[in-house]
Amino acid sequence: MTESILEVTDLTLKFGGLTALDSVTFEIRKGEILGLIGPNGAGKTTCFNAITGVYPPTSGKILFQGQSLAGRKKFQITKLGIARTFQSIRLFKTMTALENVLVGTDAHAKSGLLNSLFRTPTQRHEETAAHERALELLRFMGLQRKANDLAGGLSYGDQRRLEIARAMATNPTLLCLDEPAAGFNPAEKKKLMELIRRVRDQGYTVLLIEHDMKLVMGVTDRIVVLEFGRKIAEGKPEEIRDNPAVIAAYLGVDEEDAS
Amino acid sequence: MSTMKLGKVSGVMRSFGDRVNGLSKTTKIIATVLIAFFFYILPLLEPPLISTPGSDFGAVMFTVATYALVALGLNIVVGYAGLLDLGYVGFYAVGAYTVGVLTTYHAHWPFLLVVPVAVVAAMISGVILGAPTLRVRGDYLAIVTLGFGEIVRLIANNTAWLGEAGGINQIGKPPNVEMFEVPHLNWDSGTPLLDLNDKTTVVQFGISDQIPYYWLALTIVIIVLFADRLIKDSRVGRAWEATREDEDAAELMGVPTFRYKLLAFAMGAFIGGLSGALYATKTSFINPESFVLILSILFVAAVVVGGQGNRWGVIVGAALVAYLPERFRGFEEWRILVFGVALMILATYRPEGLLPPRRTVRARQLEAEIDALEEGLDEGSPA
Repeated sequence: MTESILEVTDLTLKFGGLTALDSVTFEIRKGEILGLIGPNGAGKTTCFNAITGVYPPTSGKILFQGQSLAGRKKFQITKLGIARTFQSIRLFKTMTALENVLVGTDAHAKSGLLNSLFRTPTQRHEETAAHERALELLRFMGLQRKANDLAGGLSYGDQRRLEIARAMATNPTLLCLDEPAAGFNPAEKKKLMELIRRVRDQGYTVLLIEHDMKLVMGVTDRIVVLEFGRKIAEGKPEEIRDNPAVIAAYLGVDEEDAS
Repeated sequence: MSTMKLGKVSGVMRSFGDRVNGLSKTTKIIATVLIAFFFYILPLLEPPLISTPGSDFGAVMFTVATYALVALGLNIVVGYAGLLDLGYVGFYAVGAYTVGVLTTYHAHWPFLLVVPVAVVAAMISGVILGAPTLRVRGDYLAIVTLGFGEIVRLIANNTAWLGEAGGINQIGKPPNVEMFEVPHLNWDSGTPLLDLNDKTTVVQFGISDQIPYYWLALTIVIIVLFADRLIKDSRVGRAWEATREDEDAAELMGVPTFRYKLLAFAMGAFIGGLSGALYATKTSFINPESFVLILSILFVAAVVVGGQGNRWGVIVGAALVAYLPERFRGFEEWRILVFGVALMILATYRPEGLLPPRRTVRARQLEAEIDALEEGLDEGSPA
């Protein structure tokens, strides 16, 4: 059994009277692709937001490589090694594709104002390394020719891929992808899943939110299913496929016996 | 129609930029030096049409230079980091008052020693204002900063130590390094003639001749321009832009956005304070009336009119805002009206300013292209 890098224990998140997440517990193991699925409004993105520090949990624990994430700022969590993309694309639109990725590589840069002002060797070294890394990532995503295009002007698919490149640039251990294939046609989706597998093969651990069941079954190692903020199933894709609760959640049943 | 026109204009600008980039390094350096030299001698040339008939041209050029400096500082805050600061005059006042207090009756420090103190004081005031307020966004930040500008003025107005409404007199001058004299040109006969009765001493900071102050201010503008470029073209500049574009996403990509916003505020305050220090030493007299709210508005206008985010654009904006009212002093009663109308026209036809950053232009062209495609009116532009 491989070590787990993220442990979510009894995570509960309430917005006023609404319980978005209700004591959800799961773990992510090193080097796997974990799928997080569920119907609309099940709490998948909320779960992402709790992990990346956007919402502080009402109760429960999130441990990343043994360290608690409670009370940490968003950028600190990124520095620890969790990066994410967004369900609705949130690139820096008036910056070039390359600059978008550079913002990601800057997450670990040490040089600040004075180093930049005086162009010290540290700064120049960091800048060169960052540019090389950024170009490498753009090449990996097939965006090398668009490095100097404005992010806002890229095609929809390129924007999605650029978001992944930007997240990878922060050099994360855990990469969280929030519906990266949303709005793609089946052929594009297949390609993207291929890409995600290659990302994992480079040594990243991937947490993937996806709607499309077929797709998720094809690419993930394990799956966690959420419904109404509660975990209703967890297991290998083939186990999930035959799980009556999951089928009920997706297709709907008359009686509320799903959980 | 307007978008089409705009597309053409920016097309020309782009090719101009490409042409400049295509020049060899030596050519660029020589051109830069020549242009800088031209601006240094401009007040000596006193060219007709450009020179101001109603007021001393040297003094007007000094005002233009200080406004340019202020615009460069405010551009960091508004243009790069996207924080609307409506109280920028506060930093300008802190810089000016520090020089005033430390070179007059409280202490008789030399000017060159006071300037670093003044900019540090302005920076500290920037951090004091920014630390609690940069947690709020957008409109709220604008209101808080607006209040800050007024608070600084009111404190000056009500503190005996700061001279109250009477202000501070006889503010210290920069040290003179008298080397030689240069004559001005005289255009009265229609052709330029050397006017040996009208000379400027290099470098003597007197009271009647304002040109040496202009030279000092211009030198500082040039230094700040270089520094601005180095900072913008680095991690710091990228962090500012990312924060402006999408603060939450930037934070999630590892940018400590609050720290960078505070840094932008401090840098802006630094430059604003520097400009205020120059103003104080030149006029040698300051009072709270020198730092009224309308100045903050004019500063923001300079940045917006010029094209926020583009250092050359904001300098053009500052030059217009400072120069035009002086050039047309004859129409004094009308100038605010004309200014307002000009702003309205600009806001309608060039909302991103006279000289917006290239990427803003590109983004806009893209938008226009997409619109055209959607309307099915696209005339074979590259997709």
